[in-house]
Amino acid sequence: MSGRVWWRAALAALVLFAALPFVWAMIASLTPGAVLGGAPALWPSHPTLEHYRALFAVRSFWLPIRNSLVVAGTTTALCVTAGAFAAYALARLEMRGKRAILSLILAVTMFPQIAIVSPLYMLLRSLHLIDSYPGLILPYVTFAMPLAVWLLVGFFRQLPRDLEEQAMVDGASRWQVMKRVVLPLSAPGLATTAILTFIYCWNEFLFALSFTLGPERQTVPVAIALFRGQYQIPWGEILAGAIVATAPVALVVLAFQRRIVQGLTAGAVKG
Amino acid sequence: MARIRLDHVHKSYPNGYSAARDVSLDIADGELLVLVGPSGSGKSTVLRMIAGLEKVTSGRILIGDRDVTDLPPQARDVAMVFQSYALYPHLTVRDNLGFGLAVRRQPASAIKERVDAAAESLGLTALLDRKPAQLSGGQRQRVALGRAIVRDPLAFLFDEPLSNLDAQLRSDTRTELARLHLRLAATMVYVTHDQVEAMTLGTRVAVMHEGALQQVAPPMALYREPANLFVAGFIGSPGMNFVRGRMNGTGAGSAFEGSGLSLALPDYGANASGDVVLGVRPQSITITTGQGDAADGDSWAAAVVLVEALGSEQIVHLATGELRDLVAVVPAELAVAVGDQVRAKIPAGAIHLFDASTGRRISRASS
Repeated sequence: MSGRVWWRAALAALVLFAALPFVWAMIASLTPGAVLGGAPALWPSHPTLEHYRALFAVRSFWLPIRNSLVVAGTTTALCVTAGAFAAYALARLEMRGKRAILSLILAVTMFPQIAIVSPLYMLLRSLHLIDSYPGLILPYVTFAMPLAVWLLVGFFRQLPRDLEEQAMVDGASRWQVMKRVVLPLSAPGLATTAILTFIYCWNEFLFALSFTLGPERQTVPVAIALFRGQYQIPWGEILAGAIVATAPVALVVLAFQRRIVQGLTAGAVKG
Repeated sequence: MARIRLDHVHKSYPNGYSAARDVSLDIADGELLVLVGPSGSGKSTVLRMIAGLEKVTSGRILIGDRDVTDLPPQARDVAMVFQSYALYPHLTVRDNLGFGLAVRRQPASAIKERVDAAAESLGLTALLDRKPAQLSGGQRQRVALGRAIVRDPLAFLFDEPLSNLDAQLRSDTRTELARLHLRLAATMVYVTHDQVEAMTLGTRVAVMHEGALQQVAPPMALYREPANLFVAGFIGSPGMNFVRGRMNGTGAGSAFEGSGLSLALPDYGANASGDVVLGVRPQSITITTGQGDAADGDSWAAAVVLVEALGSEQIVHLATGELRDLVAVVPAELAVAVGDQVRAKIPAGAIHLFDASTGRRISRASS
């Protein structure tokens, strides 16, 4: 009994610790600018949407959101599709050097971003891709793909091999096995991979800042960072922007959470 | 339906391990051949090579008159039932049954017709819209079976299909499988480690050990004339008793001497001499209580060390001379208890003799 109480208390403390900054940001984003610098309150006495209004009306925050959606969405789609094929091959097909390939893929992620910003910039400039969507998507794919492949290899390996062999004996081609058995069963894995890739792209700052020149192609994190003027920091709008940037991702994760955790393979073998 | 032939099939892995050594089998059209052996004997490997799931290192496999050695599983038109059933968890029972037809792009109406017929014959009609997770173990097993039947394949392959079922369901399903084989008259290859399944289901039984075929024969021939020590010990329950010893004399009037046991042998002619292993089934040993039959020259004294009652019969463990554990199966009515002194007898006709160095069966002089 007391063990359970402690368990709950610890859990509550952890949730509070993780959620407090977000809650605070939310409260502050609803607090009128005039009292924002005053004593923090648990709930603003005169909640207002002025910061949000300013965000969209004055700063046309739709633009960075659109850019982020395009860049993150395309990167995610590319990573999950190409990653799924690569991962399935690495997980299941018999071939030489699988281990080496996997290590090499992982090695790509070892480069600190800051170390390759300059060479990447020169490369993208010579390709005339600075301040363009492909100019962001290509580097993102390079960085997000290894994670996607590694995650998916793990998911595919977990699938009971019997199912694929059964499908092959039943007459399904490799492609049919993939389409009719492997992909439906790895939906939770694909969803997890997609979400993680999307979050990575959605939050990425350094490349987005370096490879864009103006608001036309700037993504959400860059836009928020550039809100600050020379003489003042518009905290209300920055926090409103942060909420707008975070909420959709949080909602997606919550929506898919069940699917991610759920063991879709229940009942496949034995039981 | 088709005949299946394995022609000197060999399977070895890159690490040098040989899972199948020179396996040659000719499985007749409509035959149910059981591959039996302990785990690691290579029986599943042979089955998987027939299915195309394992590549053959050397040798040929023919299904019908077609050489399928290098064909992928998709092109072999065999159906396989896995030990795990391998039902597609995301598909309903109906879609599971129809999967093989759907990937072959059969028209939906034909699929429905055949799925309905198979479901009807297996009592699955009420379950067609369920997912595998909502089925019991026995129902899953039947779906796996139905998925094979629906396809009307050239041959059925079973990989220990009953080993995940509880005892009652296992024997029921075994009977159902035997009926199915009678009804379909299909070529079936059935892998199991359970000798009861092997004996009851097989038209012929192939015993495997360490990747090599030991003996291929109808069940009763296997039981009556095991080809070597391994088969003799593997088939039959409880296992055959073995006594190491020497043969004195040859031909008629020869005798076995070993571990304190001396027995008159049947006529082995010139086939046997020297070091031998004598084998006798527990069911062949007869026991008489008390000292009454001491006059019977063929019987010998033994002490009862353990009695296991099975209801219809009892298993008696005897010690005599240097033999610490000679097993006999005797009628339940016989009153024996631990510590009793009894007289035991082995009829000459029940003796199996094996060469001590090769382990091969020694056959009697033809009479």
